Amino acid sequence: MSEGRAADVIVIGAGIVGAYCAHALARRGLDVQVLDAGLPGATAAGMGHLLVLDDNPAELALSEYSLQRWRDLAPELPEGCAYRSNGTLWLAENPEELAVAEAKHAVLSARGLACEMLGAQALRETEPELRDDLLGALKVTGDGIIYAPNTARWLLESDPARIRRQRAEVVEIDGNRVRLADGTWLAAQAVLLANGVQAGTLCPELPIVPKKGHLLITDRYPGKVRHTLVELGYVTSAHNATGPSAACNIQPRPTGQLFIGASRQFDSVDPAVEGWMLAKMLGRALHYMPGLGDLNAIRSWTGFRAASPDGLPLVGEHPQRAGVWLAVGHEGLGVTTAPGTADLLVAQLLGETSPLAPQDYSPQRFFGDTAHA
Amino acid sequence: MPELLLDGRPLRVADGTSVAAALALGGDGCARTSVSGQRRAPLCGMGICQECRVSIDGVRRLACQTLCRDGMRVETRP
Ligand SMILES: Cc1cc2nc3c(=O)[nH]c(=O)nc-3n(C[C@H](O)[C@H](O)[C@H](O)COP(=O)(O)OP(=O)(O)OC[C@H]3O[C@@H](n4cnc5c(N)ncnc54)[C@H](O)[C@@H]3O)c2cc1C
Ligand code: FES
Repeated sequence: MSEGRAADVIVIGAGIVGAYCAHALARRGLDVQVLDAGLPGATAAGMGHLLVLDDNPAELALSEYSLQRWRDLAPELPEGCAYRSNGTLWLAENPEELAVAEAKHAVLSARGLACEMLGAQALRETEPELRDDLLGALKVTGDGIIYAPNTARWLLESDPARIRRQRAEVVEIDGNRVRLADGTWLAAQAVLLANGVQAGTLCPELPIVPKKGHLLITDRYPGKVRHTLVELGYVTSAHNATGPSAACNIQPRPTGQLFIGASRQFDSVDPAVEGWMLAKMLGRALHYMPGLGDLNAIRSWTGFRAASPDGLPLVGEHPQRAGVWLAVGHEGLGVTTAPGTADLLVAQLLGETSPLAPQDYSPQRFFGDTAHA
Repeated sequence: MPELLLDGRPLRVADGTSVAAALALGGDGCARTSVSGQRRAPLCGMGICQECRVSIDGVRRLACQTLCRDGMRVETRP
């Protein structure tokens, strides 16, 4: 069928990562064609917690950089994006967790990030709904929240002259050309794969697996919680485990609703809400916020994170497919890290110096040394 | 025949009347006002859609899943 040069760059996927990359490419004067099949994506399902994580130096660098970029963008974001810089509280329940909080405090403050330790009394005064026997918390002031689906839409609409959008499913990638479900071929200088957990359907060689998560939202109860409340056990129990796990994550929405996470399961691709997993997750939240049990939950649903073997995204040129670029594998942090991903991608695509060390996120790390195509 | 207070006004209903039915009998039929300021009414009548959230004696409940009791305070506003 017909083939034409669609744009400078074709972006596959209009979730937060594809949208941010399209926006950044357009800012640099490139014409972008964004293709999206309208499949259930992580951007619509996830929590949109913007947070600095420091499990490893590369994650810290990417999340810290990205948070700053979100804060820079904040004045431009319309209210529908529901951005708030409400801060995260990492809750410490026992001396071990308090030590983890203090270590985290040292790491973050050494980098000049605004954060402080709250003692038991200060924590009770800050968040009175929490159980009253916690030992303290680390408050990370610059963390925030955002409503990612509206933000993705806003980014894509930010430059109608340069960003064109099309509802279409890509069924094949051949270098810098893509074939749509209706048989049309489109070509560009570069094709950017930003299709989240579906990456493997177009590039089966990518090491990306789904990690299921449950979520629940309550009715509106304004003022009950101010910060996003996360248990410190999260660092070990949820993030690094291979079996099903759950951790307390309570996020106050600007509407007054409480958004509850987070669970992680590797063994499931079924989007159904599973009662036992939801119960386990709510049990963690109730453990920290006993009054939660009296509130009315209105919906629960699930989503799939696109997990890479080391938890870091794959950003850069595909080592085996000339013309194909990757921005996939963002696991449970892709809303946070979308701006850093976009800047890394644009710098490499344009052959400029990257603001972050590109090798830490390079897809090459999963292809061995000799994989140059 | 329980008597309840619907947005401050007394309303007597037949035994076994749901709060959703009471809203239709004695109010504007709506349970609440949405974030965007719309009045919202019960829809599915079977505890699924969550449209009928209403405040009963200060606690958020589903109007379609709650039977009227004597002395109940039902608030649909703000
Ligand atoms: C339960 C849960 C909680 C989370 N919580 C947080 C959080 O608090 N903070 C945070 O930062 N991150 C969080 N995340 C992670 C974050 O949501 C994701 O990393 C991020 O949304 C990924 O965005 P994306 O654009 O890469 O992918 P997606 O949003 O999945 O978008 C991919 C898009 O590609 C399209 N697509 C797929 N295949 C094709 C094809 N063949 N042709 C055309 N289009 C195609 C799909 O239609 C889809 O729109 C969470 C995720 C989950 C599941
Ligand atoms: S009317 Fe649908 S839950 Fe009550």
